[in-house]
This record gives sequence, C-alpha cells and structure tokens, in this order.
Amino acid sequence: MDLSLIIMQLFSGIALAAVLVITALGLTIVFGMLGVVNFAHGALFMIGAYAGLYLASLTGSFWWGLLLAPVLVGAFGMLIEFVLVRRLYGRSIDDPLLLTFGLSYILVEGVRIVFGSDGIPFPTPPQLIGVVDLGVGFFPKYRLFVIALVAVVLLVLWLMLERTRVGLIVRAGARDPQIMRVLGVDIGKVWLAIFGLGVGLAALGGVLAGPMRSVNPEMGTLVLAEAFVVTVIGGLGSIVGAVVAGLMVGICISMVALFAPEMATIVMFALMAAVLLVRPQGLFGLKGRA
Amino acid sequence: MAVESTGEASSLSQSRRLFAVLSDHRVLVSLVALALLPWLLPSKALAVNVLIYGVVVMGYNLLFGYTGLLSFGHAAFFGTGAYLTGIAIGRWGLPWFAAVPLAIAAGTALAVLIGAISTRTRGIYFSMVTLALAQLVYYVALQASSFTGGENGLRGFTVDRIDLLGLQINFLDPVNKYYVLMAFAALALWVQSRILNSPFGAVIEAIRENEQRARACGYDVERCKLIVFMLSGAISAIGGCMSALHLSIVPLDSLHYQTSGMIVMMVLLGGARSFFGPFIGAATFLILEDVVSLWTPHWQIVVGAIFVVFVLFLPKGIWGTLLDVLPFARERR
Amino acid sequence: MPVYETKSRPAGLSRRKAMMAMSAGVAALAMPRLGRAADDTIRIGFPTPLTGPFAAEARDQVKCAELAVKLVNDKGGIGGRKVELLVRDDKLNAGEAATRTLELIEKDKVHAVVGALSSAVQLAVNEVTRARGVIYVSISQSDTINEVKDFSKFTFHEALNPHMTTAAVARQTLKKGMKVAHLVADYAYGHEMLRGFKRAQASIGAESVGEILHPFGAADYSTFMPRLMSMRPDVLCISNFGRDQANAIKQAVDFGIKQQMKIVVPVILHNQRLAVGADVFEGVVGGANYYWGLETQNKTAAEFNKAFRTANGGAIPTDYGAYGYSGVGSLLQAMQVAGGTDTEKVVAALEGLQYDLTKGPQHYRKCDHQSVQSVLVLESKKKSAMANENDLFAIVANDPGADEMLRSCSELGHAT
Repeated sequence: MDLSLIIMQLFSGIALAAVLVITALGLTIVFGMLGVVNFAHGALFMIGAYAGLYLASLTGSFWWGLLLAPVLVGAFGMLIEFVLVRRLYGRSIDDPLLLTFGLSYILVEGVRIVFGSDGIPFPTPPQLIGVVDLGVGFFPKYRLFVIALVAVVLLVLWLMLERTRVGLIVRAGARDPQIMRVLGVDIGKVWLAIFGLGVGLAALGGVLAGPMRSVNPEMGTLVLAEAFVVTVIGGLGSIVGAVVAGLMVGICISMVALFAPEMATIVMFALMAAVLLVRPQGLFGLKGRA
Repeated sequence: MAVESTGEASSLSQSRRLFAVLSDHRVLVSLVALALLPWLLPSKALAVNVLIYGVVVMGYNLLFGYTGLLSFGHAAFFGTGAYLTGIAIGRWGLPWFAAVPLAIAAGTALAVLIGAISTRTRGIYFSMVTLALAQLVYYVALQASSFTGGENGLRGFTVDRIDLLGLQINFLDPVNKYYVLMAFAALALWVQSRILNSPFGAVIEAIRENEQRARACGYDVERCKLIVFMLSGAISAIGGCMSALHLSIVPLDSLHYQTSGMIVMMVLLGGARSFFGPFIGAATFLILEDVVSLWTPHWQIVVGAIFVVFVLFLPKGIWGTLLDVLPFARERR
Repeated sequence: MPVYETKSRPAGLSRRKAMMAMSAGVAALAMPRLGRAADDTIRIGFPTPLTGPFAAEARDQVKCAELAVKLVNDKGGIGGRKVELLVRDDKLNAGEAATRTLELIEKDKVHAVVGALSSAVQLAVNEVTRARGVIYVSISQSDTINEVKDFSKFTFHEALNPHMTTAAVARQTLKKGMKVAHLVADYAYGHEMLRGFKRAQASIGAESVGEILHPFGAADYSTFMPRLMSMRPDVLCISNFGRDQANAIKQAVDFGIKQQMKIVVPVILHNQRLAVGADVFEGVVGGANYYWGLETQNKTAAEFNKAFRTANGGAIPTDYGAYGYSGVGSLLQAMQVAGGTDTEKVVAALEGLQYDLTKGPQHYRKCDHQSVQSVLVLESKKKSAMANENDLFAIVANDPGADEMLRSCSELGHAT
C-alpha cells in the first residue's frame, strides 16, 4: 500500500468527517443545553438540502442557497421549539425525543408530497467543479471547500462560545440550567436560540452534502444514525467531543475502506461499542450525564 | 334525588367491581378479546400481525412502561427470534417446536449482551446506545448473508402443517394459523402477568419512580435493570418466532431501527405501563396504517401527526387515558 | 356486504367506509365474512412499492398494469369474465409484501399475483404464493429466483436478470485486453451483477484489475475513489442499483473519474437518470428492458407507447412500467389460451406462450420460467444532444432474445 494512497484516504476521511461534525454538533449543542435529543435532526438535515437547492434555483446562485437555507431552516427549528418542544419541558426527558421522532415522519412525508419521492439533482456550484492536484492524487475542489468551510464555522462557533457573553451563558447553561435563572437570564429565549442554532447546523450539513450526494427524502435517515454514533462516542453535550469523534469516525471509515471496504458502515458502530465499554459517558462526556 | 344518587353510586360500584374482576383475570380477558379479533378485523393476516406486534410491544412495555427505560433497539430481539426460528427450521432441519425455544433462548442471550452494555448508561444515553447496538446487529445480519440470506431475507422454511398430539393441523389455513399462534401469545401474556405480580414487578416500578431511592432501599438497581432487559428481550423474541412462522420469511427490515421505532409508537398509542395497552396500541397502529395506506400513499404523515398529538396531549395512550376518564376503571399493576 | 372494487386506486370506497364504521365501534361484530365466490371476475393482485424511494417506478408499473387490464376488458374480458386489478402498497418491505400477498390470497381470493420491484420483496411474495399454489408473475430483477432453491412451478419471471443485462452491456463496452475495475454493492444482487460482468469479461478477454465491495445503501463513495483510480482501469463497472448507483456515479464524476475511464452499469433507470441529471450521467452505458425511444425501430413498442400515451395524457412509459404491462399482459394472454383461471391450465399455457407486448417476441423458458427477451443497451445523452426532456438515452444495441443469453438449466440446478 503506497503512502500517497493513504494520504488520499486521509483527505476523503476528513471531508466525510466535515459533514458528520457539523451535523453532530447541532445535535450535541441542543442536548447539552436543553437536554433534548432531536430525532428530527436527520429530517431537518434533508430539509436543509432541499431548501438550499430550492433557494439556489430561485436566486440562481448556490451561494445564496448556502447562506439562506441554514438561516431559514434554523428559524423553522425555532418555530418547532416554540410551538411543540416547549410544551414538554418539565415532563419526562423521553417526551421531546418521542415528539421529534413523530415529527420526522411528518417532515419526510411532507417533502415527498411537495418535491416528490424520487430525489432531484443538486448541481455542484460551477466555481467548484473539477479536481485539484494534491501532489499525491486528484481531489474534488468541492470537498476541499467543504473542509475549509466547516473549519471556519467551527472557529466562529468556538470564538462565540469562548469570547462572547452569549457563549458564557451557553456554557453556564450547559453545566447547570438552574444557574441561569439565578443570573436573571431569560432561559426561554436562550433555549429558543440554541434550538434554532442546532437545527441551522443540521441544515448547513444538508446543503453542504447536497452536491456530493443525491438529494432525496430519505437522505437524512442514515445521517441521523451517524450523528448519533458520533455524539455518543464524543460524549453527549460535548462540543469538543463531537469534533474529535467526527474526525475519528470519518478517518476510521476511510481507512477501513482501504482494507475491508464492505465493513465501512459496521466499523462505525463497532467503534462506538468499543468506546462505550471503556467509557460509558463517551470520550468527553460528563460522568453524571451518562 | 337521594334514591337516584344511591342508584348511581351502586351502579358505579357495580361497574367498579366488574372492572376489578376483569383486571384480576387480565390474561383471560386478553385471550377472549384476542380470540374474537380475527372476526372483527378485515383480514386474518392483519389479525395475526396484531397478535405478533402485541406480544413484541408487551415485552417492550416491561422495559419502557414499567421500568422507564426507553430502548430504541428492540427490533434486535424481535428479529433474532424470527431469524433463529427460520434458520433452525430451514438450515438445521429442526421441527418448529424445537426451533422456537432455541430462538427465544437466542433472543434472550442477545438481550443479556446488549443489556449488559446499555444498562451501564442512563437516560437519553440508554436510548442512543440501544439504537446503535441494534443497528450493529442489523449490519451483521446484512453481511452474514450465507447465514441470514442478507438483503434478500431468509426463506425456505415454510411450516405448512403442525402435528399436535397426533392431530394434523393445516398451518396454511389462516384461521388455524391464528389460533396456533395465539397459544404463543397466551404464553407471553401469562409470563408478563406473573412478572408484574411478583415482588420483582414492584422493584422495577420503584426503580422507575426513583432510582436513587430504590438503591437506598438496598436493591441492586443495575442487576434489576439487566434482568428486566433480558425478560423484555425474551418476550419480544417470542413475537419474532410468531412472525417467522406466520410469514414463512424473515425480512432484513425486521432488524432495522424503524421497526424499533414502530414498537415505540405502538406502546405510546396504546398506553405504556398498562397490561392491555400494548395490544390496543398494536391494533390501533396496524389498523390505522392499513386504512390510511389504502387511502393515500402518504400515510406516514397521518401516522406521524397522530403520534405527535398523542405525545403532546395524550401521553398515557388510549388505554391509560380511558382509565383516567372512566370513574370505575382502576387497573392493578 | 362491501364489494372490494379496486380499479384505478388502491382504495375501494366501500371498504374504507366499512373500516371507518368499524373503528368507530358501530359495526363491531357485524363485519360480514361472506366469500365472494359468486361473482366471476378475474382478480389479479398487484403488490408494488407505492411508498418509498421507488414510488415513481411503482406508479408507472400500476399505470401500465391497468392499461393491460383495460385493453383486455375493452375486448370483452376473458371468456366473458371481467378482469380486476387489486393494487397494494408493499412499501418496499418484504414483510409488508408477504402480509399483503396473504391478504390478497386469503381475503380477496385473487387468481394470480403480479408485481414486486425489489428482489427481497419478490422472493417474499414467491415464498407465499409457492406454498399456496398461486400463480405469480415476478417483475423484479434477480438471478436468485431462477435457481432451483427458490423455484416455484407457479412462478414466472418476466423481468430481466443481472446475468442477461451484464452480458449485453459487456459485449458493447469491453474489448480484448481492456482493464476493468468493479465497484460492487455487497449484497446478493450486487454479487450477481459482478458474477455476470466477470463471466462476460472472461469470454471477451478483458482483464480484471480489482474489485471493491461497498456496504449496501452507503451514501458516501469518496473513500473508494482513490483506490479505484490507482487501479488505472479502462472501464469501471458499477454493480449497484437505484440510489446507490446515483450516489456512486455522482461521486465518481466529482473525482474526475470519467476523464480516465468509461463508467458502465448493469441497469440504467429512466427515473434515476432524471433524478440525478444529464451532466452526471453523460456517457454512462447501461442495460434496460425497455426505452420508449425504441418506437422508431420496433412496431410493438410504437403501439405500446401509443396506447400508453392515449391512456395517460401523452406521457411515455418507462422501463419498470413496461414490466407491469408485459407481466400482466402475458398472464392474461395465457388465461385466454387456458380459457379461464384453472391454475394447472394457466401454468401450462404460460409455459407454451409466445408473446409480443412491448418490444418483440418473448417466451418463458420451461425449466426456470425465465422470460427470454431482448436486452437494450443504452448510453446516456449529454444535455445539449437531448431533443426533448424525455430524450435521455441513445440505443447502442438491441440484442434479440435467445435461450443462450441465460444460464443453462443444468447450471441453475434444474433437471434437464
């Protein structure tokens, strides 16, 4: 096995991880703050792809789709929080999970009704068609762009969390929701915003994945399972965990693809089982939570 | 006035007494209702499905309803029960009455394995871990196609007649098939009722109400959780055996997490933490799916919406809500 | 007594009403269970995945099957008996399909079953009909159903199988000394396609430079691309189906693979090509049972298109739709010959039938009941070369049907 091939696999794995990280991040932030596991996360990822495609065709530019879809779908997420999820705070922690599970059926079927069940083509933006010579092989421009964009988004999120007042509130809230009441923060607004952010990240993942995969109503199903695995490995609620576990899973899949390609899906679940045996709360999870 | 109200009170107490008698004999009541079922539903195949999923959901209810552990991976035990029944009959040439106990044992063993890993975690973690481990089982079944038939599903084990004490029963006949499979359901109902009536039944409810307190009372919570997980898996595996005998195939989808999701939906529709809830939930879900999918290919939006309404407004499900509404109805554990 | 009339839609109104009344508890005990032996309608069950990723194909299948039924009924039915099609949603799920088939047989008392799209569903229906001695015409592609293990005397296989399509595609695209790489979905159907390609390439004299198995239903294929490129093949055979095929081709194109090698698939689908777009599919070669463009060179195809256009407002029939037409059509022709629905007679009639419904002569081979038929090889057109939105493919070849296209009866395990 020559080295250039392994380096190429590494790039494939990181590109794969980029979408995983963004999607898992949305899931984990919402859980960390609200204690809600959003089972509709995969469906909202799919809606992000459709929204991006629709907005891109409306405006004639992929970039508007990329910018607007996460914002609009994020706003839709806030609506979901405000109208549905909010009613369940104070009830069993399972209830929001069950609610969003039912919601995912409605969303997927809704998309089938509006856009049909076949799937529609999502062309790669013209500026990013083609490949770049990495010296060790050719790699699609678009995938490099996805890696770069996700890196930027992560940096912005990190700065927001570490350097701003909002970030302080979020971090405090993730530790102990009670403390926010004491500090006089309107917790309802914070939760609304966080849920919107989580859903917006899912939608961003969807728009980014659109040109790489075919866009269809079922595209979120597998993504949801993958995002779950990543968050469980990383530790539910842990942002660093989501990033590290996403990279781990992505690279693991691509390396396994070299030696035993048919095992590429299983390896993800096996990795998770192995981590859980050693650390039930995940790599970066807080002990009390698990 | 006074006479009237006494009359009302006495009729209420009569109803209460009747209801108490019925819930004292809940296994018998269930069986009578199930015996009538094929004559009430539009098709025998639908009735058998209610029977099968009723058993699976009942096993699941032990874990979710009574112990408060939301597993999202129960398809693994249902599917294992089905696969092992099929493999034992079709590949190993065992008779059905040997295949079924073997399959239940396999489902139970898998439940111990998955339970041992997942009961180490709590809350939402538990749900996600069971989901992921069950998906692992799905992918293993997909890959091990020489054994399971892979994506094509397992075939070649049609049971067309059953010998019972010298009596030859034509198992292809839908009515015969229903009543033979009802015997399995009776077994499952009896086991479930015994578990709930035992001291162990009280312990698991104590764990649901307050895990810390149960621990303080000296119960080994982890051990209890594992045992209930195992029993729950075993009962669900009985449902799997029934499914294999009924369809004479085992579809790979029986292991998929969407099957697990369907089980969760059924228990919520019917009413978690109640004895009759699972069968009511299974019947409601399957009839709903049957009716709506004849009416529109977009049946999932209707089913999803109904489910959301139940989570929001009727979290106790159909049966649980009825118990709240009817003044005379109080179900015992 | 509700009469379960189901013509154009899977739902009979009276049944729905009956169901609603029942669920309201009104008719709790009164569901009549009388048989329907009195009426002499010929009922054909038609399970197809109306929901799920192949819903468009399923709708085409239903339209075509209804057309076949209508044409027979317009001519007075079979021996004066009307034909009725009972469409059921199998949800692309084998368990669901088995349940629906049981219902069709036990409750609706159908005389035969036609349908299924996925291989798993087909084998499930086959298992149910085989045990009950019901005639089944399968319209799903698979090699497995031909083999003796799953053989049923009552089952006929109208669809092509991977052995036929891969051989035809390979003949047009491979040459002696060419290097071939394979990307294969790791499940029975994928393995069947790979086996077909490898056989064909061996007889042509092309050389295999490597094969990669990918997990069935994978969404990302990028991790396989660097290895495929490092194999430096002339042709890449992608042996998977539907969404997997769409994703794999799309990502291969992203990696610039088409500049290096030709992409070849066993089956190229009309609706899948529409869902993914012309640019991605441009130049991809694949097999097909039917393409509407055949009308310029085949009289039967022209007639079939015309009938379909008349019935469906000018729309054209697609590949899987044509299976629905020829599957139901051949069964009805056999019933005409048999003079009714007697199972033994209809089976005998199907075995002896020569039919030409969509694209030229076809017949069911005696030993495995596989339909011997022509195979089309299509090449996806580039966007600028398309005359209209349905002008998707150029017909590269149209191999006439012959018994030699199939694996031999003895190889499949049948007594010869």
